[in-house]
Amino acid sequence: MERVLMKGNEALAEAAIRAGCKCFFAYPITPQTEVAAYLAKNMKKRDITFLQAESEIAAVNMVLGASSAGVRTMTSSSSPGISLKSEGVSYLAGSDLPAVIVNVQRGGPGLGSIQPSQSDYWQATKALGHGDFQLIVFAPASVQETVDMTLRAFEEADRYRMPVMILTDGFLGQMMEPVSFSDETPVIEEKEWAANGHKNGRKHNIINSLFLQPDELEYSVNERYKRYDIIKEKIHEAEVYKCDDAEIVLAAYGTTARVAKSAVNQARELGIKAGLFRPKTLWPFPAAELKEACKNAKTVLSVEMSQGQMVEDLRLALDCRIPVEFYGRHGGNIPSPDEVLEQIKKISERSL
Amino acid sequence: MAVVFDKPHSLCDVPTHYCPGCTHGIIHRLVCEVMDELNIEGDAVCVFPVGCSVLAYNYFECDVVGAPHGRAPAVATGVKRAKPDSVVFTYQGDGDLAAIGTCETVHAAARGENITVIFVNNTIYGMTGGQMAPTTIPGQVTQTTPYGREPEIQGYPVRVCEMLSTLDGTALAQRVSVDSPAHIREAKKAIKKGFENQINKKGFSIIEVLSTCPTNWGMTPADALERLRTEMIPYFPLGVYKDEAVWNKEEKAD
Amino acid sequence: MITINFERCKGCGLCVEACPKKLIALSEEKHNMKGYYPAECTDNSSCISCALCAMMCPECAIKVEKGE
Repeated sequence: MERVLMKGNEALAEAAIRAGCKCFFAYPITPQTEVAAYLAKNMKKRDITFLQAESEIAAVNMVLGASSAGVRTMTSSSSPGISLKSEGVSYLAGSDLPAVIVNVQRGGPGLGSIQPSQSDYWQATKALGHGDFQLIVFAPASVQETVDMTLRAFEEADRYRMPVMILTDGFLGQMMEPVSFSDETPVIEEKEWAANGHKNGRKHNIINSLFLQPDELEYSVNERYKRYDIIKEKIHEAEVYKCDDAEIVLAAYGTTARVAKSAVNQARELGIKAGLFRPKTLWPFPAAELKEACKNAKTVLSVEMSQGQMVEDLRLALDCRIPVEFYGRHGGNIPSPDEVLEQIKKISERSL
Repeated sequence: MAVVFDKPHSLCDVPTHYCPGCTHGIIHRLVCEVMDELNIEGDAVCVFPVGCSVLAYNYFECDVVGAPHGRAPAVATGVKRAKPDSVVFTYQGDGDLAAIGTCETVHAAARGENITVIFVNNTIYGMTGGQMAPTTIPGQVTQTTPYGREPEIQGYPVRVCEMLSTLDGTALAQRVSVDSPAHIREAKKAIKKGFENQINKKGFSIIEVLSTCPTNWGMTPADALERLRTEMIPYFPLGVYKDEAVWNKEEKAD
Repeated sequence: MITINFERCKGCGLCVEACPKKLIALSEEKHNMKGYYPAECTDNSSCISCALCAMMCPECAIKVEKGE
């Protein structure tokens, strides 16, 4: 496999084409625009559909239509645009439709900033729209992982008939790293439930999220949650780094995990027993992996580009048995390894 | 005995939820008659809206997809782009198409999206109990304009066909009515043309059908038809506002 | 002649207005399961099978036939 140097957003777009994504709809927003530009450039020679929609709302609903028709489809945006898409995401979930939603996070709330951020963790994992539903959320920390998770996202979306999010950020989207792509062509099964014309050969297929009878809606949501239970058993992934003897476990995903890893290495050089727990899936949250990583931990430090969001999942996953502290920069700022090391040192000195 | 008139095949054989005298039923039937005549039930995908016709998935025998409120043209765009050989139509009310979904409507038309839009205009929000619509006529009493629509306060209605006829992507913009057998025949012809345009890849077609809401207008079904004739048609004149192929111009539509 | 689906009819009366021969009336006594008083043909032998009633029927509840 050849390795090429690519920007995160472009690599994601290339991975989507290779994953069999046939229809891509988006609205321009910084810092994700390269995804759309790359797909637009490749539209004709790679036999895919790229359409720039009139709004984020229209884009996600075009995805809803293409998914209903049975093809692999994706939309990408950044934080304020994802808020606009939340209506469509809720309908995708309620209609049991597969789709891939990419959020290249930037600062918020409101128009916020165009610099990297991780302040959409809650939105992605808890409340991307009204109603009882979840998305599978993948959180890559490198360009290669962005590529690998993009293919995974399409496959899990099809397997469980639900929207899947790739939660990246402006830093991962804009940086360049060497990547390789698998040459294998994914096998995509025909979707018998799709609404693309019954050819007078079957009863009509109905793609719908409306259930006026309370028992019917309750049943449909219960069925979906049974699927979520299976997903929770099967998809929970994390990188655990130097945690075996770690007394201070840093927890970080995506961009901040890269920073935290550097800080852990520096701390080790100072003789501090630090480790890193990096969730790769944010929903389902890899709780068992966290507990295992924290078996010798006295303190957990969540490092985020937000005011502290994942920190709550960490506390829940640990049943509040180990104190979870927080260090974060936000507004478009990325914490430096030195800043994080300072926090580790403080915790270490305090526990002496 | 020869059958002169019966239920079209693509209309499901079930009772509808519509109020007595509501002309949605007539419009459903016309769409299905056209689907039968063009033999497209097996290729058709109906995108149904939010509003009174949200339960349309129970009535059309073709495949159906539910759109969020107002988003049907975007959903239809997705279906059509994914499966260009399918025949995709939306069925939308005035609140759905001309208020919350104006953006999706205008841009689907501007793109010349090769879909057919059936737009049912009854000047009121029916499903939610009779509030002011984007097409509510000045002076019309609704739940949210209890003193009649006052343009100084609530502004003016939107004339959708007139507006869309200004766009290069619109192939057909025609307003019809279902208040009489003669108008119903004309409405069916327009709907058929809208579907033929799509089959012949001519561009975006919208057929606006003036319709009644006896329940929320507080009228008998017969009086409601009379209001349609005497109040609605003068404000929303029937006619062809645009009929010009956007794509595939060399081939004749018929 | 016309056949009106008794259970499907909602008694809106649009067919009554449409019939050029004035052969349709709403039932005054019999109501269906939903409580509507459906339309009835008062004299099917005089029906000219013009189908105007069926065209106006929002419920698709009228079947029209012609000849022997």
